[in-house]
Amino acid sequence: MVTLIAVLLVAAFLSPLLRAATSAIKSPEQLGQSGSPLLPSDIATIQIDGEDVELFNVPIDGTVRELALVKRGRTESQFVDPANLAAAPNIWQGSWRTLEPVWTFAPHWENFGRVWDLIDYPRLLFNTVVIALISTFGTLISCTLVAYGFARFRFPGRGLLFTLVIATVFLPAAVTVIPTYTIFVKLGWVGTWLPLLVPAFLANAYDVFLMRQYFLTIPTEMDAAAAIDGAGPLRTLWSVLLPQAWPVVIAVAIFHLVYSWNDFFGPLIYLSSKPDLQPLAVGLSRFNGVHYRDPGLIQAGTLMTLIIPVVAFLLTQRFFTRGIVITGVEK
Amino acid sequence: MTNAPAHARRRTSAFSGLAWRRARWGYLFIAPWIIGFLAFTLIPMVATLAFTLTNIDLAQEEPLQFVGLRNYETLLKDRQAWDALGVTLKYALLALPVAVILPFLVALLLHARHLRGSGAFRVLFFLPYVVPFVAGVLIWGGMLEQQSGWVNAFLRLIGIADPPAWLDDTTWIYPGLVIMGVWGIGAGMIVYLAGLKGIPTEYYDAARIDGAGAWGTLRHVTIPMISPVILYTLVLGIVEVLQYFLVPLVLKNGTGQPGGSTLFYNLYLYKQFFSFQDMSYGATLAWLLFAVTLAITAVLFWASRRWVYYAGEAR
Repeated sequence: MVTLIAVLLVAAFLSPLLRAATSAIKSPEQLGQSGSPLLPSDIATIQIDGEDVELFNVPIDGTVRELALVKRGRTESQFVDPANLAAAPNIWQGSWRTLEPVWTFAPHWENFGRVWDLIDYPRLLFNTVVIALISTFGTLISCTLVAYGFARFRFPGRGLLFTLVIATVFLPAAVTVIPTYTIFVKLGWVGTWLPLLVPAFLANAYDVFLMRQYFLTIPTEMDAAAAIDGAGPLRTLWSVLLPQAWPVVIAVAIFHLVYSWNDFFGPLIYLSSKPDLQPLAVGLSRFNGVHYRDPGLIQAGTLMTLIIPVVAFLLTQRFFTRGIVITGVEK
Repeated sequence: MTNAPAHARRRTSAFSGLAWRRARWGYLFIAPWIIGFLAFTLIPMVATLAFTLTNIDLAQEEPLQFVGLRNYETLLKDRQAWDALGVTLKYALLALPVAVILPFLVALLLHARHLRGSGAFRVLFFLPYVVPFVAGVLIWGGMLEQQSGWVNAFLRLIGIADPPAWLDDTTWIYPGLVIMGVWGIGAGMIVYLAGLKGIPTEYYDAARIDGAGAWGTLRHVTIPMISPVILYTLVLGIVEVLQYFLVPLVLKNGTGQPGGSTLFYNLYLYKQFFSFQDMSYGATLAWLLFAVTLAITAVLFWASRRWVYYAGEAR
């Protein structure tokens, strides 16, 4: 019973993805028409005298027949029977707009191809991957070092500094972004990837917290043994601690990759003038601004943007949840 | 050695040479964070405050000068800024309870004893959290579409003849935005779940012996035991919701439609410093936001002493 409720809820929860998938292969005409079928379809047409003529479901002579609309009028319209083109046209009284069109199944797979070209998907993908990889690399190095310092070394002010680390997690970005942006303008870094990449090498509070908490759970005996054998702090980190801490390293790597892939605000303000350098998130938003009249195209674009993080997540989800649990429980 | 704080200097004899060497390594290792903190947190915060007292902007056509409290005067008289603050607070009133309670409910569901395949559900409920933000906004924009959206299709199915135009109607835009935000419950849900798993089962047994039903157990065992998690989610939620603006920015291109109802405070702030490049006024708006956030958080922490129970503490 509980399982049934859960199934219904999760189905409703994820239904937008299904809608996106079906809409992505629909034409703008179908999406603009209320009452159109659920599956991707186009209005059926037949060729009469070299022109495409639309088919409608016309209630005529007591039954509903599929007829081609050859002449539109406000109060009456002329229809021709597709099976009998030579016969005289049927005149039907009423407004043709109230008639149900005949739909045929027509998935517009070319929407994906169009998005690929229009948005320059390969370039945006390349940008997103490079930014994500470099910033994750920087994050891993810096956060590991900082967490190691907080977890394994005693120094005056350590408690205060670590409290400060935690406090910055709650800090609203608005209060630091303006001068940061101004400095980057003065440095000439706006319009490059530098404002997004360099800060990653200076550690971030969330991942430092995560790694430090994990390091604290690793016993220090091996550290001591290594010290007796003459290992320095770096050697101890590399050969003793990290091999035991690989779950949290992987968790941080995955967290940060996804975070960077989906990051929108940073790239928005620093790369708005350089479409060639933008990641997928910003590119998609720009695409929406230009092509909003073709909702199917937009939905195709969203699918092309989310497919990689979603697949990556499904392959590695154990590390994700383990990572969040470490942070949450310790609070 | 000379840049050690005073109290450590007095204790130098108690701090052995080995300990000092360890301490120096410690400072070295945390140096990247210290640099980052100074460069990207502390100095910018002070700078933002300093900006509010000047006439700084990106073009700087007038010479840079100290203007005292002029920006604050402008802020007090700025009708749009206060309207925008109202928009943010109105939205927060609706969105915050959902953001705190909904993940908890889902976590409860996932924690239920009779649930089969809870691991799979956990993954599925968390999934939208990794969907890129812009993609999520656009997908939900489609979902809430008046004609072709599935939300309204479902409403028509259960008999509501004229479902609202969620994103174009000033009455329904905030509920619409809250619905969109539902996809973000993943992280909160996992944290709640971890908290729930941490409750010792003895408490549940004791409650059952005392005759508590499902509701009683919830009220007297579950909620108090996870109250620290609730506080954490609440504080993070407040900080986040007061800065809410990216969704309306992407959804409505920053126009504030319909009728100014999506002109959130942070959106107004963003326009000041990014579009108009008026850094000093943007900084002023930012500090007001920071002050409001700080005040609400402080009140929350002070009040939390009444209702938050830390199981690990000695009482």
